Amino acid sequence: MTTGRYEMVVGLEVHVQLKTRTKAFCGCSADFGAAPNVNTCPVCLALPGALPVLNEQAVKLATRAALGLGCTVNPVSIFARKNYFYPDLPKGYQISQFDQPLATGGSVAIGETENGAEVRIGITRVHMEEDAGKSIHDRYPGATAIDLNRSGVPLIEIVSEPDIRSAADAGAYLRTLKQILQYLDVSDVSMEEGSLRVDANISVRPPGQTKLGTKTEVKNMNSFSAVERALESEFARQAALVDSGGRVEQQTLLWDGEREVVRPSRSKEGSHDYRYFPEPDLRPLLLDAHWIALVRDELPELPDARRKRLVSDFALAPMEVEQLTTSPAIAEYFEAVARASGDAKASYNWVMGEVIAALRASGGGVDSFRVRPADLAQLLNLVRDGTISHTAGKRVFTRMVETGKPAAQIAADEGLLQVGDDAVIAGWVDEVLAEHPAEAARYLAGEKKLQGVLVGFVMRKSQGRADPKRVNQLLASRAG
Amino acid sequence: MNLDDYSLLRAAEIAVGVRAGQVSADAVVKASFDRACDIGAGSDNLNIVLAAADEAGRAECESLTEKRNSGKDLGLLAGVPVVIKDNIASLGLPTTCGSKILEGYVSPFEATVVTRLRSHGAIVVAKTNMDEFAMGSSTENSAFGPTRNPVDVRCVPGGSSGGSAAAVAAGITPIALGSETGGSVRQPAAFCGVVGVKPTYGRVSRYGLVAFASSLDQIGVLGRTVDDAALGLEVIAGFDRLDSTSSDADVPIYRMSALGVPAPEARNPDTELLRIGRSAVPLPPPPDSKTLEGVVIGKPKEYFPDSLDASVRDVCERSLEKFREMGAVVRDISLARSPLAIPVYYIIAPAEASSNLARFDGVRYGLRVDSPLGLKGMYEETRSRGFGAEVTRRILLGTYVLSAGYYDAYYKKAQAVRRLIAEDFTAAFSSGVNAIFTPTTPTPAFHIGAISDPYEMYLNDIFTVTANLAGVPAMSVPIGRVRRLPVGGQIICAHFDEYTMFRVAYALEAALGAEAHQ
Repeated sequence: MTTGRYEMVVGLEVHVQLKTRTKAFCGCSADFGAAPNVNTCPVCLALPGALPVLNEQAVKLATRAALGLGCTVNPVSIFARKNYFYPDLPKGYQISQFDQPLATGGSVAIGETENGAEVRIGITRVHMEEDAGKSIHDRYPGATAIDLNRSGVPLIEIVSEPDIRSAADAGAYLRTLKQILQYLDVSDVSMEEGSLRVDANISVRPPGQTKLGTKTEVKNMNSFSAVERALESEFARQAALVDSGGRVEQQTLLWDGEREVVRPSRSKEGSHDYRYFPEPDLRPLLLDAHWIALVRDELPELPDARRKRLVSDFALAPMEVEQLTTSPAIAEYFEAVARASGDAKASYNWVMGEVIAALRASGGGVDSFRVRPADLAQLLNLVRDGTISHTAGKRVFTRMVETGKPAAQIAADEGLLQVGDDAVIAGWVDEVLAEHPAEAARYLAGEKKLQGVLVGFVMRKSQGRADPKRVNQLLASRAG
Repeated sequence: MNLDDYSLLRAAEIAVGVRAGQVSADAVVKASFDRACDIGAGSDNLNIVLAAADEAGRAECESLTEKRNSGKDLGLLAGVPVVIKDNIASLGLPTTCGSKILEGYVSPFEATVVTRLRSHGAIVVAKTNMDEFAMGSSTENSAFGPTRNPVDVRCVPGGSSGGSAAAVAAGITPIALGSETGGSVRQPAAFCGVVGVKPTYGRVSRYGLVAFASSLDQIGVLGRTVDDAALGLEVIAGFDRLDSTSSDADVPIYRMSALGVPAPEARNPDTELLRIGRSAVPLPPPPDSKTLEGVVIGKPKEYFPDSLDASVRDVCERSLEKFREMGAVVRDISLARSPLAIPVYYIIAPAEASSNLARFDGVRYGLRVDSPLGLKGMYEETRSRGFGAEVTRRILLGTYVLSAGYYDAYYKKAQAVRRLIAEDFTAAFSSGVNAIFTPTTPTPAFHIGAISDPYEMYLNDIFTVTANLAGVPAMSVPIGRVRRLPVGGQIICAHFDEYTMFRVAYALEAALGAEAHQ
């Protein structure tokens, strides 16, 4: 984004909690939501004499994430200590990686420019580290409480290149990243539960200048839209500052979401000297090429590839595919329905309409959704072959969600099977013509546009069971 | 076996006696406590012991008796009393590291080495005094007062494992655990006239050892004799999944080296070798001209400088002559980069220490001194009052060398020189040298209070720090006395070749006989 005189330059640091059963360096549970300090042991409490032991699953998930982001996974990476004092950092240092990270040099596509060129954001590096505990300042007046359940939980930090040029692109990058990580199934990527956190580095410069301006670091954004608003706000602040002849000072800022402003942080970070050095309690992490290849082979289809395939396999519009692939679970559900029913268009309409609405209403996930893809496909087939009407189909679906019974059984139990018997339909037509003499007379006199109204009356009378096609034909023959 | 001679018994003899039912663990432990009382191990006298086991020790004795009654194996150290340096976590006894900041702290978990000792029937009778956080060479840096050398109470016992060395020298236990970062087992062993072993880095689990400098730290064994140290190391050595830097290499039965045979292939609980190891007390045959046949002993000139105390040199030469008499070849070698070891060590060790000691912040355990100045004030007060002068000095030094702008000039360069020092050892051993022999320290024990300049104190480690920097195993054995004070001879071997090191040590001990203490 430019305000004419300035261009926004943003790089994002995204911390993602890996979905492991246990912590990065000890056997404690990594689950969210336990009572304070329950998930702790000598290692994550930093008791004297305790030593870290690396969680193999964390390495696997981190490698998977790095490969999914197009990075090169380094055969040798080194854990390092990042030293600083804070009460929720029990060892007085965080085990992280510094000059030899797990992976480097990836990128993600976040969309296209107006002239169709792909917009890619570079990934500088992906490294492994452990989380700190949590300081709770507002629970006990005059005191700070410490919860170390999170201490030692495995994270990856994904550092982007300063390739982002607008708040909207930052949002697009984050949504893309989140989607890829969901597809890779390496994290819950929930900002609410703290399993995804974003820090932003932002500077301004005149368009065309290649040298980077002095950056500030903005923290404490609790949603993607907060990131976008914080970037807009900080961009405006820096631009105004430079405009008035001032200079941007390198500092850490906190986003105040209520007042919609950034304010300087209370010092914890600042221009800290972290005194990094290689962690002597852990050996260098050696990953052999064969192992990396195995992890690569196990990578699932990523959103980009899936979108392209869905467009070509099911002849859907790019926009439709975009919607379907937002969540990997929805995309997989759709695909199963489409394959079972053989009708991609109807599958798309039902999944994006009825299924999404039902999931939203229940608050549950696709995995636990009662109507399995095969069941929905059966319903679609019943509608398509005219066994039940579309209207009845929706009622059947509602009952399927409630009861989990198959569509055909519900349709039969509730008498929703479409009636194709001309004698019965003709009876309904006669009744309607008798009950609405004025409309009947005008229609029979040649006022063709009244046919739709009369069909509606018949459908209502039949409770949706009459085959609309036959109703139309019978009415037309009366008007003959 | 007669417990009247308790203070002269080897651990293996005690264990055999207890396993055979000739003597009860209770009686052995009582003998140990009696000895400690007789010698004055308490804080008002030699100040060797910081905390003594009472109930815990009794419970262990009872469980041994039960085991024996039900016919179970009692282990290689059945009923053997041991003392543990106070920076090694033990259940039931405080682990203070000789520091005010951990005064009264009791660890809720136990170091792997302590668990291994106990599982082999050893009885932990006490935690021993030490230089605060193992930083020192005299045990004068203990927050709980200095330990005195049982050989001459005016002298320091060396350090930092001074309490453990003094306990063994005083006959309280035949085996003690110490820890090394730059010579903290070997130097006090030399000063007190006992055997001290620093194993290869990675040979013994560090889990439960309160870290000083993680890349140098290694738990070691002090023993009344070479055999005690060998047995102790056999029990505590081996892979531990809780220490990522521990090695899974097989642990040979080190005591087999006494017989002058090559190292058995691998340790297998079902082998004949282990049966021998458990049931018999191997006694080295009297040394003869073939005992060390084919062994090449390297004599590095950098460890025998012109400035070396002439009497210390003479005692060393006597040992070298014994090696020759036993058929070994003594070869002059050079470890050219060794003279750089002290500055390198005093960059790397404080750097790691500054980070390792950050956890003592008053937040979760140990001393906390509140301050009106909030969190920062609490940190400052707690750490300023909790840490002694030497620990503070090293934290500051370490913080400095890791700082942005100084890292490359100090820490990085020190690591590079460290690799060169290690290369010298590798080159020596790959050129056919089987073991290197040097004095353990430049001088015998000095008087308490005699050295006040920190750098002069650091020079005590001049011959020992290289083995820590290179990660190779090294041990000190008593080789004589100078001005009535013990002198140690150092045997250094290649990585994981403790077996050869013990072979040479057993031979030297036997060859010197009573001369080792004359």
